[in-house]
Amino acid sequence: MSSTTASAATAGAPQTAGTAAAKKPLSPQGAKRRRQLAQWGFIAPAVIFMALFFGYPLVRNIVMSFQDYSPTTFFTGEAPFNGTDNWSNVFSDGLFGKALWQTILFTVGSLVGQFCIGLALAVFFTRRFPLNGILRSLILLPWLVPMVVSGIVWRRIFDQDTGVLNSFLGTIGLPGDTPWLTSTSMALVSVILVNIWIGIPFNMVILYGGLQEVPKELHEAAALDGASAWRTFRSVTLPMLKPVITVVLVLGFMSTVKILDLVLALTDGGPADSTQTLGTLTYQNSFVQMDFGAGAVVGNILILISAVFAVFYLRVNRNEGK
Amino acid sequence: MGAFPWGRPPSQCKGTTVTEPSPDGRLRRRDRRTRRIVVPLTVVSAIVAGTVLSGCGQQRDPDVYTVMNSSTDESYHRWDGDTLKRCSKELGITIEQQSVPAAQLMTKALRMASSKSLPDVLQLDASEMPTFAEAGGLIPLKDLGLATTDIPEGIVDFGSYDGEYYGAARTVNTLALFYNKDILDKAGLKVPTTWDEMRDTAKELTQGKRYGLALSAGGAEDGVFQFTPFMWSNGGDETELDSPEVAGALDYWKALLKDGSLSKSTVNWTQADVNDQFMAGNAAMMINGPWQVETLNAKKGLDWGIAQIPVPEAGDDSVGPLGGGVLTVPNTGDSEREKTAAKIIGCMASEQEQITYALNSWMVPANTKAAAVWRTKAPELAALAGQVSTARSRTAKVGAQWSSVSLALQSAFQSALTGESSEAALKRAQRQVTSGN
Repeated sequence: MSSTTASAATAGAPQTAGTAAAKKPLSPQGAKRRRQLAQWGFIAPAVIFMALFFGYPLVRNIVMSFQDYSPTTFFTGEAPFNGTDNWSNVFSDGLFGKALWQTILFTVGSLVGQFCIGLALAVFFTRRFPLNGILRSLILLPWLVPMVVSGIVWRRIFDQDTGVLNSFLGTIGLPGDTPWLTSTSMALVSVILVNIWIGIPFNMVILYGGLQEVPKELHEAAALDGASAWRTFRSVTLPMLKPVITVVLVLGFMSTVKILDLVLALTDGGPADSTQTLGTLTYQNSFVQMDFGAGAVVGNILILISAVFAVFYLRVNRNEGK
Repeated sequence: MGAFPWGRPPSQCKGTTVTEPSPDGRLRRRDRRTRRIVVPLTVVSAIVAGTVLSGCGQQRDPDVYTVMNSSTDESYHRWDGDTLKRCSKELGITIEQQSVPAAQLMTKALRMASSKSLPDVLQLDASEMPTFAEAGGLIPLKDLGLATTDIPEGIVDFGSYDGEYYGAARTVNTLALFYNKDILDKAGLKVPTTWDEMRDTAKELTQGKRYGLALSAGGAEDGVFQFTPFMWSNGGDETELDSPEVAGALDYWKALLKDGSLSKSTVNWTQADVNDQFMAGNAAMMINGPWQVETLNAKKGLDWGIAQIPVPEAGDDSVGPLGGGVLTVPNTGDSEREKTAAKIIGCMASEQEQITYALNSWMVPANTKAAAVWRTKAPELAALAGQVSTARSRTAKVGAQWSSVSLALQSAFQSALTGESSEAALKRAQRQVTSGN
């Protein structure tokens, strides 16, 4: 069936081209070339845009990681190539391994937290109850707050002595002197908690949308078969949600792995580098030490990590499309 | 680095004068082309693919001169604006002010350098100036006819890199000990002058939710700035971070923390946070700078005093860090404009303007004669003037390497304050600096 309609469509195309070109007769090759040209014309803006704003910085960043790119470069325009010096410098710095490990912890922790809470809220809001809509929009608030503002506000909330959180914990009888941002073992956990808070709305909205797509009949059928709520969720809802879950996790991963502003506002990478991530390391190398080559190395590693997941995402999407 | 395919040919770039000396024309042409490329910001391009298109250099108006500074606060912007208005009149030119947030000033200036659109006068933070000077971006002020007479040696060093004087300071600031008079009076305590006295006083003043002392040990330049008076007064030095003197200073901080005289949040506080805690009555004393005075005076009922930072043993010098901005002439390649730029600096840093600016901003005039006049007009800040006379520049010894030293040092004192031994943390910091990472 589909093959015949496809061939009909392709057969129809030259016909319409033929009528358009009726005033000025064109050879079949000429018509074909024109059509191809038009096709390229439509693709061209996207290709040019991508090359300009994604391709060029990407290539430059890779080249830069092999150059001695210092403040002097901005005056002389010369950045001599120094082989793999930048790379070996970055890898031999103990801070890199630490930042990489902390980035992994941060990303995994944030994703798990955001996703589980986001999913729970999404499922919760599929039920009908009064004020559902208003509550749902209120939960979107963290999403609207700029990252740096969240960081600054949470830094005050987390203050060990004068913060709201500790005094609240104190009044309800829990230990009210938790060193949220001031202990090397606790600071990363606190940063992850804030990022979970920020990420919940995104997860909730996308998953809520996905849940709307799950046909009600399936739930009814499961209920008729006597499945429990948990069983229905596991065997009907989750499999139907799978494509949406992939989207949420991959997009969440890519926005989490490159975290910078939140950490800078909350802890500046401290105390004692316990919240340094690859993002803050890039910032530190490039804009504090003014060693743009070393900054580019860490930046490239971040791009590479993201690229792996982007490819994974595209593959999954392609398979879903089939 | 290659030419950008859609860069305009040089003939279209009006007003961009390339007079930088170079051995042969071919090289110069290549330089010219490479400057007109897209300059990607390493991180930003990696993360948000942000690029800055730097086409031809801005066309400079022959009668309009620009001063770029970080005076983004309303009051500072206004004071500088008034100064420039007076100088415009005196020199018969138009001077415009362009203010950029302090944290972005350096990168913005570098981008402007690559697009040949640098301002005529650039105010840099003194700790960033060596980086810019090392890159060949600044013109020595003596070559442009600016003298250093009546400027104390420490402040000339403050504006110098590699023996060359690049930056004229109008005013300088440093750190001092601020104390709440009411709290000290009530406890019947005197203002401490030595480390032991400060430790005892702070311990006694620590009561309930109030800490005896507040300071910043945050993971940025703020914390390092605050550590320097302790390190230097104890005889320590940034060229040898693992010396017993530096370790002694760090141990003193650790002792204050262990006594409970410092809040554990100290490692997460900036200097502004410290000031907030002091104003809220959560700290009886604080280490801070005169730029907080405007805010402190705005709080009614707060009776504060100022003293020199206590020293290890009675009779030692209290050595604080010099802070503040310096006025520089960036290398724009137009020697006529550079000469006028030097005149602008001469006017902005004249004795009268220094006094006006110092009285506005609570800082200390750089010029000795101006400082003498200022002392009679702001007697309550006399302790600050004493502190400035012995204060040191952070970059005088290590120059452009300061940023590496600073990063290593902040990591070290944060490790030590959160549990590690001072010796081990500082040893690692010294290794980090010498290995160049």
